[in-house]
Amino acid sequence: MLKGKSLVNIDDVATDDIFEIFKLASEYKKKVSKGEVLSELNGKIMATLFFEPSTRTRLSFESAMHRLGGSVITVSEAKSSSASKGETIADTIRMASSYSDIVVMRHPMEGAARLASEFSSVPVLNGGDGSGQHPTQTILDLFTIWEKFGRIEGLNVSLVGDLKYGRTVHSLIKALSRFENAINLISPEILQMPEHVLSGIKNQQNIRKISNLEDVLNRSDVFYVTRIQKERFVDMNDYAKVIGSYSFDLATVSRMKESAIIMHPLPRVDEINPEVDSDKRALYFTQASNGVFVRMAIISMILGVR
Amino acid sequence: MGDEKVLRINKIGDGIVIDHIEPGSALEVLEVLKISGKDGMTVSLLMNVPSGKVGTKDIVKIEKKKLAKNELDKISLVSPKATINVISDYEIKQKFTVDIPETVVGVIKCSNQNCVTNSKEPVTTTFTRESSQDGLKFRCHYCDRTMSLNEVKKSIIR
Repeated sequence: MLKGKSLVNIDDVATDDIFEIFKLASEYKKKVSKGEVLSELNGKIMATLFFEPSTRTRLSFESAMHRLGGSVITVSEAKSSSASKGETIADTIRMASSYSDIVVMRHPMEGAARLASEFSSVPVLNGGDGSGQHPTQTILDLFTIWEKFGRIEGLNVSLVGDLKYGRTVHSLIKALSRFENAINLISPEILQMPEHVLSGIKNQQNIRKISNLEDVLNRSDVFYVTRIQKERFVDMNDYAKVIGSYSFDLATVSRMKESAIIMHPLPRVDEINPEVDSDKRALYFTQASNGVFVRMAIISMILGVR
Repeated sequence: MGDEKVLRINKIGDGIVIDHIEPGSALEVLEVLKISGKDGMTVSLLMNVPSGKVGTKDIVKIEKKKLAKNELDKISLVSPKATINVISDYEIKQKFTVDIPETVVGVIKCSNQNCVTNSKEPVTTTFTRESSQDGLKFRCHYCDRTMSLNEVKKSIIR
């Protein structure tokens, strides 16, 4: 049961609840595409506090709340207001939670969402904490896989790119390893999946580090590609080399299974060539649009209307 | 008496004896207990004294001192095999080995500089003990990062 709970870490969500969210998200997706106007959350208020820039996460949370008939209060630049006056997260969240029924927060420090949930009088949704967790992104990623394959188990999944700083993959690997999936980790040496993430996973026997993308190209069902940030490299020649071996163009895609999919939490830079966008295997824009329906489901379950 | 030769230092009347400290760690024990010598406490210190057949150990005796839970936790992290003797009227009233707790609260600082507990938030650090192939690990309740016992020793709040 998600009712009344905060969502800080993907471990906070029971497997049954994940499937409940999928069902409800599908229902909302159908209703919205038919043009139905929903009013389930009429009179409910969501506060969004983004201490770090966000486009998709913020827009999709706000869209989700509006789609359900609720309203949103927000600070356009949380960082430049209360935080710059030296206010603690604890005080900011006490105030924001007294003005709303649910709070969404993104913060550059790891653990900020956990702390916020301890001081908030209403449920807190983690919209990303530093390089920590991003659980709602993970649920929408799983939903996208589930929509395509009808299951989230028994798949061969390759996580490609920046596995060190990319928080979406830290949540995703935890969730995927709950089910029987073969997980391949493909990243440059300096951007490998952190030990603290791997050691937190009980079932590690299906996780493999793979040095060459080519080795799994014709085997994987899902390629989850993340952005490799230029600023992580001291030498731009190193960046150029790395990006070459971890990027997707039509030639790469042609060596993939017909049924495979490419996902990306976006924004993408050089990892996926725009020529791939029109291929049926490119699912990243569907994935981004699923963000609204999945967040609608999460919000309405937490607020107890479903 | 032969005993005196072995003891080197007189028995204490009231206080605590921390025995079986890892050799060379006695000063660290005093440091985490925030005993500097300027506080007027009577402290005896033995370092690298023979113990058992081959080993050595450190011993610290602190007069008129009681240990709080978080002090015991700190000692357990500095020297996991230390034993505590509670002395009253020259007699050992209680004797036990320290235990690294399953949850370490308010004793260590997170080594992740970007962890929210390292900012000015009104929060107490909490770590959960985990065992792994490379020995004990301590996972931060807030940022989820892990620290080894060696890292933890360096991060004890002093």
